[in-house]
Amino acid sequence: MLRFVASRIARAALTISMVVTFAFIVLRMSGDPAQIIMGADAPPEAVDAFRTAWGLDEPIWVQYLSYFWAILQGDLGRSMRDGRDAIVLVTERIPATLALTLPALAIKIGLGIPAGIYAALHRNSLADRIVMVVAVAGFTVPSFVLGLLLVLLFAVQLGWLPSGGQESWRHAILPVVTLGLGGAAVLARFTRSAMLEVLGQPFIRTASAKGVPWRAVVVGHALPNAAIPTVTIIGFMVGSLIAGAVVVESVFSWPGVGRLLVVAVGNRDLAVVQCVLLLVAVTMVCSNLIVDLLYGLLDPRLRGAARKAA
Amino acid sequence: MRPGGVLLEAEGLVRRYGMRRGVFGRTVDVRAVDGVSLRLERGRTLGLVGESGCGKSTTGRLVLGMETPDGGSVSFDGRPMPSPGTSAWRVLRARMQMVFQDPLGALDRRLPIAAQVVEPLDIHGIGDRASRAARVEDLLRAVGLRPDQGARYPHELSGGQRQRAVLARALATDPALLVCDEPISALDVSIQAQVMNLLVDLQEQFGTAMLFVSHDLRAVRQVSHRVAVMYLGRIVEEGEPDGVLRDPAHPYSRALVSAIPHPGRGGQRIVLQGDPPNPADRPTGCAFHPRCPVATGLCAQEAPALKPRADGRLVACHVAHGEAVAGTGLPRREAA
Amino acid sequence: MSTPLVEISGLTVSFDGQPALRGIDLAVAPGEAVGMVGESGCGKSVTWLAALGLLPARARIGGRVAIGGQDLVGAPASVLERVRGGRIAMIFQDPASSLNPVHRIGRQVTEALALHRGMTGAAARAEARRLLDQVGIPDAARRLDVYPHELSGGQNQRVMIAIALAGQPELLVADEPTTALDVTIQAQILELLQSLRRETGMALVLISHDLGVVAEACERVAVMYAGRIVEEAPIARLFDTAAHPYTQGLLGALPPIDGPRRRLAAIPGGVPEPWAMPPGCAFAPRCPHRAAACDARIPDASALVEGHRAACIRAAPATALAERMPA
Repeated sequence: MLRFVASRIARAALTISMVVTFAFIVLRMSGDPAQIIMGADAPPEAVDAFRTAWGLDEPIWVQYLSYFWAILQGDLGRSMRDGRDAIVLVTERIPATLALTLPALAIKIGLGIPAGIYAALHRNSLADRIVMVVAVAGFTVPSFVLGLLLVLLFAVQLGWLPSGGQESWRHAILPVVTLGLGGAAVLARFTRSAMLEVLGQPFIRTASAKGVPWRAVVVGHALPNAAIPTVTIIGFMVGSLIAGAVVVESVFSWPGVGRLLVVAVGNRDLAVVQCVLLLVAVTMVCSNLIVDLLYGLLDPRLRGAARKAA
Repeated sequence: MRPGGVLLEAEGLVRRYGMRRGVFGRTVDVRAVDGVSLRLERGRTLGLVGESGCGKSTTGRLVLGMETPDGGSVSFDGRPMPSPGTSAWRVLRARMQMVFQDPLGALDRRLPIAAQVVEPLDIHGIGDRASRAARVEDLLRAVGLRPDQGARYPHELSGGQRQRAVLARALATDPALLVCDEPISALDVSIQAQVMNLLVDLQEQFGTAMLFVSHDLRAVRQVSHRVAVMYLGRIVEEGEPDGVLRDPAHPYSRALVSAIPHPGRGGQRIVLQGDPPNPADRPTGCAFHPRCPVATGLCAQEAPALKPRADGRLVACHVAHGEAVAGTGLPRREAA
Repeated sequence: MSTPLVEISGLTVSFDGQPALRGIDLAVAPGEAVGMVGESGCGKSVTWLAALGLLPARARIGGRVAIGGQDLVGAPASVLERVRGGRIAMIFQDPASSLNPVHRIGRQVTEALALHRGMTGAAARAEARRLLDQVGIPDAARRLDVYPHELSGGQNQRVMIAIALAGQPELLVADEPTTALDVTIQAQILELLQSLRRETGMALVLISHDLGVVAEACERVAVMYAGRIVEEAPIARLFDTAAHPYTQGLLGALPPIDGPRRRLAAIPGGVPEPWAMPPGCAFAPRCPHRAAACDARIPDASALVEGHRAACIRAAPATALAERMPA
């Protein structure tokens, strides 16, 4: 088990450092940060001074190494805009994002999984077809389109809900629903196919042949097996709690991490962008790690393998 | 056409696999084939029989050069087998073909049967267009299909007809050797009989030598001139099928023969204890000794060699050779 | 025959309008062992899946399956659930996939004990241990806590049998129980089924494609072809005087284990597809004795002697003979 965890952590560290490197390269290649921040008509001396102050005049690999070194020491740099610590800027936005993504996750799981199970149990029924049509629509329609449609209907036409901003809980309803519906559709489709696969297995027939009532066959025998693939998708969703709302936050002008990222990219605010990406990578990697451990918990075949390896 | 001379000779074949225990475990050395020697004469059939994991299918792939042995050698037609992938090997492969258990898996679902039968002729550049078409018709007839069925796709044929199509394709290059790996075990009883008859007929007609790999001793007797019984990567007994079935010399062969379901047999069945062993966890000495009803102390220490008895039957058993007095079996090791 | 334990009469099944069973009549007496033989798709498994209501919802089922006066066809779920695993238990071909991979062996046995014998907790666990012992699983106490993937195929089939025994069934239906197993393990499982039958007195229906397997374990055999029973006889009589050409064909297709090597009497052609059933006898297109009358209508099963029935017009003269004999 120890070896299993150690190998996962090593892999996670590698992933994160690759994300950091990638972000560094892309941002440096897409324009001169000094010029963008100081403005096109800033005097050349001021731009040069800015460069010197932020170390942008050093050779690129020196910048990269010192940046990497700083991260290892826990220093994520300061915003080039207002000079505050990037980590502070980012963390103060996290609660706002979670205020959208956590309720949305609840909708995804609370709506998607039951809908998928119901569709699988009533395969080819009218309800199944409706669930499938909605599910396909739900994940083919991009979230900004769905968001705008909801705004048109509930904010513009009906006037029931505000179209953007963060003044009250009512402002959160539309972005939460936008996020939740898309994810619920993905989860419903996935749960349905996982359930159908399991229901076709011989051990389901064995359970029925034992005299287990159908409801207990579904709950006691089918669900625990169908949960194994479904957990992967939920893991992805947990992993995107921080970064999954970039588009929706922009559509609804919600001041979360996603909006901060969009603004920081536009400004070439390197430290902030890198800090957000690092945060996203860490949450993704952590949730993957949790998924792997959950697998072991849900599937004794994998648990046995991990135990033997220890 | 009549048998004459050795076509295929394998000497001390060894095939090891590194098997990982669990997903992250260390690799364990598994000897799937552990020193197998066999010899096949032209136009004859050697049956290779044993339970799953005994290495019979691996042996089949080794003699075709589809896998490279870790030890030992194969010679075909008196010359050593060229390395797999070389042009010399590809030329030789036209003369050796393989038939698998699952005909649907062996055929390409998107191509009609005739197109698949002609393929080996195209690959090996045999004949021109017209002669190839004629040859395909002949082949289809030889395996009991109508030439018009060549236009059918695999899913439009029954299981037995598909296996016939596979045989037609295998015979296209007029091979000297056919390795059949469980060719009938996926088929229904009445269809099994059709295919067994067909194999015998085709051998008669084309003089093809066959290595018939099967778990079914009755089927092996029906089509083979010799039979080799394998257990855990080694041949434990080899001889004429009738002799082996009537009077098996190795205790494992005895159990296999007695396990053949047979109406009207009395209660003298030998039921072996325990499961077929794991090749990754090979017992010391004779690999069969933990399940053997007559094992002795010697059997646990020293592996018996495969050598001829007075009547010419090859057996690898201390007791059968009189090197040890039949015991009552050794206490079984605790299962892992 | 004494009062049958299970009586199947006129059982039909179709899937999406295509017939899978075309009228099955079969009775199983208490404690007897009946074999059901036929090739894939002949309906031998479907018969018992239909009897227990285990077919998917799209199956259309007709006829009657009676156990102790209770008709199972169309019976409410509560009735079926008491019969399944209680009065009639069933085991299947592939033991590895027939057990739930995420539940421990012990739990899968005690589940049946709770359902049919109301046992829970330590009592259920002790009984599960005893059952694993009874089916010959070594070190049963420890095996209660392992998962199916930690056992071999043969041991998993023993576990399946232990689960089946948990409800103390009057009938065990074993659907190709040895087909997925190695030859020597097949012998172990057949031996076990025999000894359990002696110990418990339960009846056995053994479904197999292998006449040899059935011959060893059963007293009586029903041969099925294309959704019907074409012949039914005591096992010895079937091997000596098979009346139906299909049975004769199956026997001729078995390679002998001794005597001179002869060409196998293979049955030509293949089984008819359900959507292209011949109008009369389904075997007629493959039959060496086919006559015009064979295509006229489906032949009824006629009794040749007591306990030997065959559905073939050529068996008819013997019927006349049987009718002349006092009943």
